[in-house]
Formats: sequence, structure tokens, C-alpha cells
Amino acid sequence: MQRLKRLRLLGKRVAVWTVVEGAQVIELADVSYSYGGGALLSDINLSLGPGSFHFLTGPSGAGKTTLLKLCYAELLPTSGRVALFEEDVRTMDRDAVARLRRRVGVVHQDCQFLDHLSVAENVALPLTVAGRDVAAQASNLKELLGWVGLTAQAESRPPQLSGGERQRAALARAVIMDPEVIIADEPTGNIDWDMSLRLLTLLIELNRMGKMILIASHDLNLIRSAKSEVAARVLRIRNRSVQLAAVDL
Amino acid sequence: MNALAAIRSLLRTDLKVGRVVPPAGYTARLTIFTSGAMAFLAVFALALSLATGRLADRWGAELARTATVRISAPAGQVEAQTQAALRVLETTPGIARSRALDREEEQALLEPWFGPDLPLEGLPVPRLIEVIEEGEGYDRDGLRLRLQAEAPGAVLDDHTRWRAPLIRAADRLRLLGLAALLLIAAATAAMITLAAQAALAANSQVIRVLRLVGARDVYIAHAFVRRFTLRALAGAAGGTLAGMLAIALLPRAGAEGGFLTGLGFQGAHWLWPLCIPVLAAIVALLATRVAAFRSLGELT
Repeated sequence: MQRLKRLRLLGKRVAVWTVVEGAQVIELADVSYSYGGGALLSDINLSLGPGSFHFLTGPSGAGKTTLLKLCYAELLPTSGRVALFEEDVRTMDRDAVARLRRRVGVVHQDCQFLDHLSVAENVALPLTVAGRDVAAQASNLKELLGWVGLTAQAESRPPQLSGGERQRAALARAVIMDPEVIIADEPTGNIDWDMSLRLLTLLIELNRMGKMILIASHDLNLIRSAKSEVAARVLRIRNRSVQLAAVDL
Repeated sequence: MNALAAIRSLLRTDLKVGRVVPPAGYTARLTIFTSGAMAFLAVFALALSLATGRLADRWGAELARTATVRISAPAGQVEAQTQAALRVLETTPGIARSRALDREEEQALLEPWFGPDLPLEGLPVPRLIEVIEEGEGYDRDGLRLRLQAEAPGAVLDDHTRWRAPLIRAADRLRLLGLAALLLIAAATAAMITLAAQAALAANSQVIRVLRLVGARDVYIAHAFVRRFTLRALAGAAGGTLAGMLAIALLPRAGAEGGFLTGLGFQGAHWLWPLCIPVLAAIVALLATRVAAFRSLGELT
């Protein structure tokens, strides 16, 4: 179930579709995923509610990225059911998946950008592909670039940015459509500690605006820092299934 | 979606859509060159088709309304049989006029083969009578019987056996020209399809990013379709202009120059080649659209 709700984002009141209390934003039921004949994930059951904050941990190759991709319908499960906003991803056609992606902001570890466009154009890309008038939202875009500290780099090309700047640009692009969910895959993997904390602060701020946050990370210090600021749940992938990690991480 | 709807959709597309695809690349040059070369050839195929059409019409019109009576008789009877045949022709309904060709005219007819100094008097050259039809024409079988009775050496040649193969040949040439145009369009479509597929494959990372941020397949396809359509239009416009210029510069040798020097456009026919760039753009639009949606369907 969804309803239109008014929220304050970047100092402006905006109307957004939001999930009503009790309903889950992301739901995985008995989900398994196999690749190359081997099971990578098996019998995953997971319910992520609106406004929640989750970390996903586990050793390299455990399937964190795969699980995230299942959560934003980049991959389909081998078996089981993945529901986003209470809609089974198997029943979605390509257009429906595209519309879904506008409600889910994704930050990749390798921050994929279009290198021939400027940073500002890359950040505004979700607006462009959705057919929105980017010029009419120029002030919002400027404000967003300021929020992630990239005002001076607005006209730069992505290859000119540092690792931290690229991550912040990716975060800005992920939130420009005012999505209900932010999914980040190792967002601090290639940046220093100070920059990691700065990025985490932005994600916590977004969570306080009502966004559901799901971050894959193996950085325990980052997770501890987050837990001191926000009620974050830590999920761990072990033996191809997801478990709730100990509270004293 | 039909071609018209695809064009309308393309024109409605935001001009910025094309920017999401990186500029340049060898496919751009390939598309422009292919479209230009094909348009150049299409101009010649069109010129061939139109010229053969004109030729068939001319042969048909000129030969269909005329006939020839040939008098082959012993030397002493030629003049008498000629006069008898002329009298028969004058009284035949459907014949506007008839006249016997004089010696100078006969000599002129034979000059291309035997030269200007042929002594016709010493040769058994038959006399020729030119017959011009009117209205519904004349009764060929009836005329042949009457000529046989009045001038036994007269043979009516209504040009059927000359005209039919000539018109058939001209019609075949016209069909060949049209077939060449279709083949050129198909080759253009095939080349642009390959170029579009190469561009889509080369930009798979761009497509991945666009999908990640919520781009629908139709949006991504439009970005490629628009780019390839405009390239094809530009290339074909250049090729067409070059082709028209080459046709205009072909040497003219008048009516006696034969078929090849008559290759070209006349009057309003000069407007026909202007359709080639538009058709090339439509072909490119449809080819790229099909290639784009197929490739996007295969990309996971």
C-alpha cells in the first residue's frame, strides 16, 4: 500500500509516494540465486521496512552485491519471490523496472558515470531520462551539489574527480529523484576515513528524511560509527544465507 | 508502430536525448559514408529508371501510330505498284496520310550503314511508303488483303515485331532500375543496422548507466535512432547532391546520341532525387529502431 505524503527535502516541501506503516519496501521470500551452476544465495528471507537503516556485511564473494542487485531488480532470483513496493519483480516488464529504478537510488562502488557529460549533467541524468525539465530544477540541482560539496566541480568531467568526489556525485545522482530507498554498494570502498564519515553523514541525513537505507560494507568501523548515530540493523551473509549480526559489532 | 508514428515520436523527442550517447566513433563516419555512397548510386538508378521509362514511352508512341509499306517488285513494276499501294492507302479508313519516301530520304536511311555515296539506282532497294494512323487505326488484315490484290509486291510492316521487344526491353530496364533502388535501400538498411548494433555494443556501459538511473528502453533507443537518422539524412543529402551534379554534367549528344546520353532527368523529374535523403532517413530510422530494440532486449 502506498499513499502520497508531503516531506521536506533540501529545504523544500515535496510530495512523494511513500509506503504506509506496516508495509515492506523490500521483501525477499525464500530467495535463492545460482550462478554458473553453483548456489550463491539460498533461502533468503528478508523484510526491509520504510525509513529503516540496514548494513549488509560479509566476506568478499559472499554475495553482498548480488543480494543488492536482487533488491533493485537488476537480477532476478533463481527461485523465490522478490517484491519491491509490494510488487513481484518477476511480473514487471522492462518499463516497470525502469519506473521502479526512479524510486530506488543506487550508489555503486565503481560509480558508473557518463564520462562525456559534466558532473552536473550526470547528477541530473535521472531527471533527464524521466523527461523532467532539468532547467526548471536548476536551483535544486545547485543546492544538491552544494549539499554533497561538489559546487566547484559541477562543470568538471567525472574522470577529473577524486574517489570521494565520485562517491558523493553518485550519491547526489541517487537522491535527485527523491527516491524512497537508497542502496549503496561499498560506497566507502575506495575513499579515506574522513571522506567515508562525510558520506555516512549524508546517508544518515537522508535516513532522517524518511529514506530507507541499505548499505553493503565490510568496514566495521563505519558500521560502528553509524550505529552510534542511527538505529541501524546489521545483516550478515554467511553460508549463502542472511543472518542478523550481533548487536555489539 | 508504423513508420509515421516512429517519425512523429522521433520528432517529439527532446533534443538533449541524443547527448546521453557519447559523440563521434567510427560508426558515425561509417553511417554517413554508407548513406552518401548509396544515395549517389540511387540517383543513377533513379535516372536509369526514368530514362528507360521515357524511352519506352517514346518508342511506344512513335512506332505505335506509324506503319511502313515496302514495295519489292521487278524494276519495271516498282513505280506502278507504289502508286497502286498509295491509292489503296488513301481509301483505307483509319489512315491519316501516306507518302512514298523519295530517293534522298531512302539514301539518308541507309547512310549510317553504307555511307553517303551509295548509288541507289543500281541496287534493288525496295520503295518505302510511310503510313500515319488516325483515330482507332485501320484494319491490318483487311489492308494486307487489299494490298496483295492491288500491289502484289507490297508488304505491310506495322512495326509490331520491332516495337514489342524494344518496349519490353525498356520496361525491363525500368524494372531493373527500380530493383536497383530497392536493393540500395535494403543495403543501406543492412549497413545502418550493423553500424547501429556496433554502436549499441560499444555503448553497453552507457546503456547500463542509463538503465540504472531509470531510463526506459524507448528512451535509450530514441537516443540512438535520432543520431543514426540524422547521420543518414546528412550523408544521403550529400550523396544525392553529388549524384545530381554528376548527372547534370553528363555529356549531351542530342537525339542521335542514343540511350546512354539520354540518361538523366528532365523537367520536374529533377525533383525526384530530392526524395532520396528523406527515404534514406526513414530507412535508417526503421533499421536503427529495430536494431536498437533487439539489442536492448538481448542486453541484461
